[in-house]
Amino acid sequence: MATIKIPTPLRAYTAGHAVVTVSGTTVAEVLSDLAAQHPGLKQHLFEGGELRSFVNVFIGEDNTRDLQGLVTPVKDGDTLRIIPSIAGG
Amino acid sequence: MRLVLPPTLHTGIQRYLESAFPNEGGGFLIGRVDNEDRIVTETRFVENIFETEEQYHRYLMDSGAFQAAEDYADANGFTLIGYFHSHPDSPAIPSEFDRVHALPNFIYLILSVQAGRADHSLVWLLADDRSRFVPVAFEEKSSIIQGG
Repeated sequence: MATIKIPTPLRAYTAGHAVVTVSGTTVAEVLSDLAAQHPGLKQHLFEGGELRSFVNVFIGEDNTRDLQGLVTPVKDGDTLRIIPSIAGG
Repeated sequence: MRLVLPPTLHTGIQRYLESAFPNEGGGFLIGRVDNEDRIVTETRFVENIFETEEQYHRYLMDSGAFQAAEDYADANGFTLIGYFHSHPDSPAIPSEFDRVHALPNFIYLILSVQAGRADHSLVWLLADDRSRFVPVAFEEKSSIIQGG
């Protein structure tokens, strides 16, 4: 099992929990488990099956977009964090 | 729902975003939630890291800025309420770029800066189905104890 920290605006969909325990061996599996536990998150994390462009998943200090993306391995005890890119125009 | 913002903080946002003109600038709104109201107690200015030549119509924060602001809020009993950014020489109406990149339950304060001077601020919230922004009432109120 790993844990994932939820960004403040999305905690409304995790009953206010900032950290959720998740299972999975890749980022994709972890996010799938997270969305299964808290279905309201799904539309804000994914669009057409792809991770939304502003959604970044970090393992420790590393953005998994700079690793292997959704197939980045996740180990037991890993600490993940969703950090949105804040952008406007 | 209302966004309540002390005039001193609003003025600080206005001056900061005027200084960013003709480019976009932005930052965070930090405070607390009181029933449905969002009460801003402090702001945090954040550098625009979008490609320099596109900054006149684009704004982007470094992910570390979000992490730091959220950690600060969580550790001190505050809430990361939302963020503000400017629309240089454009109305304070969310763009399609704003909508696509928006988070729910997050206040978007947009300040129109016209010819280098703050013109008007409007406040928005993304609809839960992500289809549009809805306007949020905005009140300047000074009788608030400001944090940090």
